[in-house]
Amino acid sequence: MLKTIKKWPFTSTAIMIFILSALAFPAWSSGTKAIVYLSNKDFLKQSFNGDVPEVKTVWLKGTLKTDISKTLGHNYPALRVRYWLKDHRSAWILEEIGREKPITVGFVVQDQKLVSVKVLVFRENRGGEIRFPSFTEQFDGSELDNNRRLNRRIDGISGATLSVNAVRKLAAVALQLSDHVMKQQTNK
Amino acid sequence: MNVFRSLFLSTCMLAISSVALAKDDLPTREEMWKIIQQQQKQIETLMSQQKSSDAKIDETVSMVEATADVVDQQQTTRVSKTQVGGYGELHYNNLKDKPSGTKKNEIDFHRFVLFFGHEFNEKTRFFSEMELEHSIAGDGKKGEIELEQAYIEHDISTNLSGKAGLFMLPVGILNETHEPNTFYGVERNQVEKNIIPTTWWAGGLGLTGKFASGWSWDATATSGLKTSVDDKYKPRKGRQNVSEAVANNGAFTGRLKWTGLPGLELAASLQYQDNITQGEDPLAGAATLAETHLILERGAFGLRALYAQWNLDGDGPASIGADKQLGWYIEPAWRINQAFGLFARYEQWDNTAGAQIDSQYTQSSIGANYWLNEHVVFKFDLQDQNAPEGAKELDGFNMGVGYQF
Repeated sequence: MLKTIKKWPFTSTAIMIFILSALAFPAWSSGTKAIVYLSNKDFLKQSFNGDVPEVKTVWLKGTLKTDISKTLGHNYPALRVRYWLKDHRSAWILEEIGREKPITVGFVVQDQKLVSVKVLVFRENRGGEIRFPSFTEQFDGSELDNNRRLNRRIDGISGATLSVNAVRKLAAVALQLSDHVMKQQTNK
Repeated sequence: MNVFRSLFLSTCMLAISSVALAKDDLPTREEMWKIIQQQQKQIETLMSQQKSSDAKIDETVSMVEATADVVDQQQTTRVSKTQVGGYGELHYNNLKDKPSGTKKNEIDFHRFVLFFGHEFNEKTRFFSEMELEHSIAGDGKKGEIELEQAYIEHDISTNLSGKAGLFMLPVGILNETHEPNTFYGVERNQVEKNIIPTTWWAGGLGLTGKFASGWSWDATATSGLKTSVDDKYKPRKGRQNVSEAVANNGAFTGRLKWTGLPGLELAASLQYQDNITQGEDPLAGAATLAETHLILERGAFGLRALYAQWNLDGDGPASIGADKQLGWYIEPAWRINQAFGLFARYEQWDNTAGAQIDSQYTQSSIGANYWLNEHVVFKFDLQDQNAPEGAKELDGFNMGVGYQF
């Protein structure tokens, strides 16, 4: 096999590789970078057994904004966050940049514990393994510790450290947001 | 009795006159109607004002929401075009060559790197990495400026992308991911440096594909190495760095990688080059590199292990034992908490493993990383080398600080 390759001029072989790949993949120019694993609508339906409550909004200001900035290491890139709340169960759709692009992640919080984490849209070039249940299920049951961080260690994905960190941070943010709106409800 | 009668009459008169007076104060029916109409008008005015206020509030809410939408949209859009990043590391080496007693007591800003990337559209992007090594470059200076990456990447389909330009070859652990905050030890490990040889970049074309369940593959056709007998056919000495590189003989590299479980990476790479001296040495021929590695992170425990071996054809390499060049290392680590981690590493490498004489190096290292945050790391390690007779054997300690953004 190697002897056969050896006889081929290098440049010809390189060109052949690309011609073959172009032929093998006719969708040469139809690819799309943002991969939607689950639509927002389907995520919400799954999160509330089909009975999705009305959308609400929480504005990021005061200590909530400070807490979130501390967790992310920068301000959240929005003025407010929409959420869905029903019987102590809230759903959040948040975004954070992994290496270069925002990753959209859905979180469900019940009684101040994460009960579901789903990667909805992935736009990065590598690190798509964060969508696998073996990664996301590590978050189930986690909550905030006294330092407002996740109270458990999450195993990463090799080569996708920044994407993993983005999801870790967003998980803590989802819990902080949920904590805030639940306290607001109690005070009312 | 008359007194009582008079009193009674007076009281009645007073009462009657009071009622008469009160009756005089009450508005007439016409007046009442007028008042009611006025009040009705006021109510209608107030209701109209209320409606107007509600409409204004609704309008204000809509405007605030719309403004927030635009601001949010701008904040999202802003991150999606040109990207700038980088990393750097300052090293202090306090080492002593055991046989000669010579000391290496140096401080060096080993690497200062800037990344520039730009996304042309959803499918096509550019990425580059420019490095200044050893702080200062130029005639007679110790450092150099290197273009380590500059390529165009295009998404052919959802799970397939191609690249063209100058890029890192898909071999080993550190070759593609070597920011200082991502690994233990001040200096990069000797096996990847001397055998693979990291950092190794080449010019050409590449394809990357992904399968389900965490499998991915890479295939590249690039410029090759150009070693010589004077450099003992060492791959590291044969890097041409895509600088007017001789392109008589290219190289093909393939990698298969699995990252299907959190904290686990298994990979194997193979490279073939039909003449590792670019045809300049009649006694040398083809070369093949085989490499495999494991990365494991389970809770606080981490483990890295790598094996790499070159086989060089030809009597030239065989005559000095360079026909077989290999190395391996194992590196267990313990992340005590988010900020602090300990490691130990044992490594073995030999660039003339085909020779009958002992030419093998070994190095044992222990050390610690302290992450000030996820982007900044301070490092310390102790190293103990064993070298073949007549070769440098450096023992001592290293310290460093590194960052990535």
